[in-house]
Amino acid sequence: MPGLFHYLVLSGVLFAVGLFGALTKRNLIVILMCVEIMLNGVNIALVAFSNFSRAAALTGQVFAMFVITVAAAEAAVGLALILAVYRSRDTVDVGRIDLMKW
Amino acid sequence: MVAVVAFWALAVVTVGSALLVVLLRNVFHAALFLVLSFAAVAGLYVMLNADFLAAVQILLYVGAIAVLLIFGIMLTQDVTRSNTSHSLWPIGLGVAGLFLVVLLTALSRIDWPDTPRPAQPTAAPLADALFSHYLLPFELASVLLLAAIVGAIVIAKER
Repeated sequence: MPGLFHYLVLSGVLFAVGLFGALTKRNLIVILMCVEIMLNGVNIALVAFSNFSRAAALTGQVFAMFVITVAAAEAAVGLALILAVYRSRDTVDVGRIDLMKW
Repeated sequence: MVAVVAFWALAVVTVGSALLVVLLRNVFHAALFLVLSFAAVAGLYVMLNADFLAAVQILLYVGAIAVLLIFGIMLTQDVTRSNTSHSLWPIGLGVAGLFLVVLLTALSRIDWPDTPRPAQPTAAPLADALFSHYLLPFELASVLLLAAIVGAIVIAKER
């Protein structure tokens, strides 16, 4: 039977994959997608803890629901920002959006 | 037995799709594999007795966030080959690998409890918790969503 440890390892691996993508990719939208992957990993850990704890409260699931809500709001604002950047610089490549680089 | 097979199938699909999101050259294909990863996570929620959260995951992540991302991909061009990595990608791989190693080492040294909660519907207990104990975060989340809507419109509209 998959126990808490299996779900936590899965959550950690998913978070590490999202972290690698967010640190490495050049496309703004792909970076946003990797942030969503990281948030999914965290949600799996939260729900797994809620399932395997002895307390009766569903705190982990409530927390995960708020994470999903904030992720939706953040994706909307992030995509609005990406559209504004694309309209102004005609690219979504982070290597070419470097006005603030020294 | 079914639970073991289901867990490993869903876990492989989730992590594999996430890896393909990072590695595929075509951004649109990456977005489609992101949708697959979200759906597999919803399956994992069902296995963790979080039935309402699985429905919320499909509705919000697959139905709203992934669609929004695909809209963003369609509106910013150069779809077929624009998912590239910058030249310092080995450092990113090292950081993520180091994080994973440290996390797995820490996780493996703890004796985790192993008794899952008995399966029961979670919509009613979640509603009870959300409207009594977590009422303030619930109201703040609605204000946050209002701010996000107004902000997104203001940022993205034409001059």
